[in-house]
Amino acid sequence: MSLRDNPLGELKVPLTWTAGIVFLVVLIASGAILLSDRREAFETDAYGRTRTATDKALGPVGEVLSAPGRWTGAGVEAIRGYFFAVSENRRLKAELKEMRQWRDVAIALRDNNERYRALLGLKTDPPIPMVAARIVTDSRGPFANSRLANIGKEAGVKIGHPVMSENGLVGRVVGVTDGVSRVLLLTDVASRTPVMIDRTNARAILTGDGGPNPRLEYLRGQDPVRDGDRVLTSGDGGLFPRGLPVGRAVKGLDGRWRVVLASDRAPVDYVRILLFEDFTQLANRAELNRTSAPPPTPGATTLPPPAPATPTPKTVAPAPRTASPPASQGMASGATQPAAPASPNGAAR
Amino acid sequence: MTGGARTLEPWRWLGIPMLQVIIATLLFAMPIRIWGLGLPEPVFALPLAFAWAVIRPSMLAPFCVALLGFFLDLLWGGPLGLWAVCLLIAYGGALAGRALMAGQGRGAMWGWYGLLTAVAMGAGFLFVMLDVRGMPSPLSVFWQFLATVVLYPLADRLIERFEDADVRFR
Repeated sequence: MSLRDNPLGELKVPLTWTAGIVFLVVLIASGAILLSDRREAFETDAYGRTRTATDKALGPVGEVLSAPGRWTGAGVEAIRGYFFAVSENRRLKAELKEMRQWRDVAIALRDNNERYRALLGLKTDPPIPMVAARIVTDSRGPFANSRLANIGKEAGVKIGHPVMSENGLVGRVVGVTDGVSRVLLLTDVASRTPVMIDRTNARAILTGDGGPNPRLEYLRGQDPVRDGDRVLTSGDGGLFPRGLPVGRAVKGLDGRWRVVLASDRAPVDYVRILLFEDFTQLANRAELNRTSAPPPTPGATTLPPPAPATPTPKTVAPAPRTASPPASQGMASGATQPAAPASPNGAAR
Repeated sequence: MTGGARTLEPWRWLGIPMLQVIIATLLFAMPIRIWGLGLPEPVFALPLAFAWAVIRPSMLAPFCVALLGFFLDLLWGGPLGLWAVCLLIAYGGALAGRALMAGQGRGAMWGWYGLLTAVAMGAGFLFVMLDVRGMPSPLSVFWQFLATVVLYPLADRLIERFEDADVRFR
């Protein structure tokens, strides 16, 4: 039987073409969705209903699927604790001895700080409330680094809240719904965090690239960072509170300064979400804007009220002397004196 | 009878593998560390996209590929549509090169799969770079590429099972 006689032979070409056209249509639609995505905005409305609904569904699924891993980890820890109890006890005793010395130093420093604050009348930052959460899913790819935490709106979590492990900063909340929050990690390629070097106070932007060690960018100053320097959040821009531990600076293989994250020291299974509102938001801006200028000091001479507009005679060329204020203006004339330094011999006097 | 069925029903070659990929991806997204190291993050959907294009041209497969891509974006928290486009690029490449791949051995097919995986991840690299105006770590991309390339036996198994299932596309 020839191909022409075979009905399936005729069917083959149209189906291939149709499949190709369908492929192109789906590709264009997906491309349009990708172009319209505003994930990098990290705003409530940009997060979208689809993501919110998916996170809500993925939260319980992740919790169930991660349960065996959690149980295994807890079992291994229990066995390790049983077999290494003596060495652990020794280590803890040594640590306690060291910590007691630090406690005395801390008490003395706290006392000093309180006195200085009282003397200077400093207004310190209010304490930050926080909630604990468990991580239920974790993405570690080069294009997205985020985690789902099993706590959400009901606990007061909002977009932008910083997230910490017991060792250091992990990231910030970029999506929140009932019972689940999505945490953007510091390592995500879209993450930008204002940080400072503890030793020099030099500012930088911690830029994630999908790898385990984010880069320090926009470093300023001469020798602003050295190997092993502690990196903290700077609090610039109000996104994070100042002074949260981020990690340690190291020189990368590519010659750039990078940060070994403090949160990587241990598995991030439990986190604390800081219910942090930018302190500048706590001020009553409306009231600040209403405040009028202070009244003039009693007894001080001020500029005379502006003279009514009168037609000035036309002059051929402006005479430089007319720029000198009349002597009767007192303080006002004094205020204008520095503006006439062009006279080298003190002619303005 | 498992492999030599005459009719190729969509749920058998599209539905079940899709479900398996979703479960595998979810399992690898668990926050588990073994000896201080996290699990790798291979793209389980890429062998599927490759195998579906090799098995036969289909009108349903592009939709399934796109759905898997959207699932990955929503699970991993990336830009919505990123993996849908990357997977479709790999699918389209395999569909276009179907005639060239016909009758080739396992090693050559693995090479084709590796090439299309590299193209898909390269496209992802470019899209992310344009999206966030920052370069993802090439080393990180390479690790994910490596973790995905070793998954070819999954695609091979699917191709072996369903390639001859539809007589029109032998």
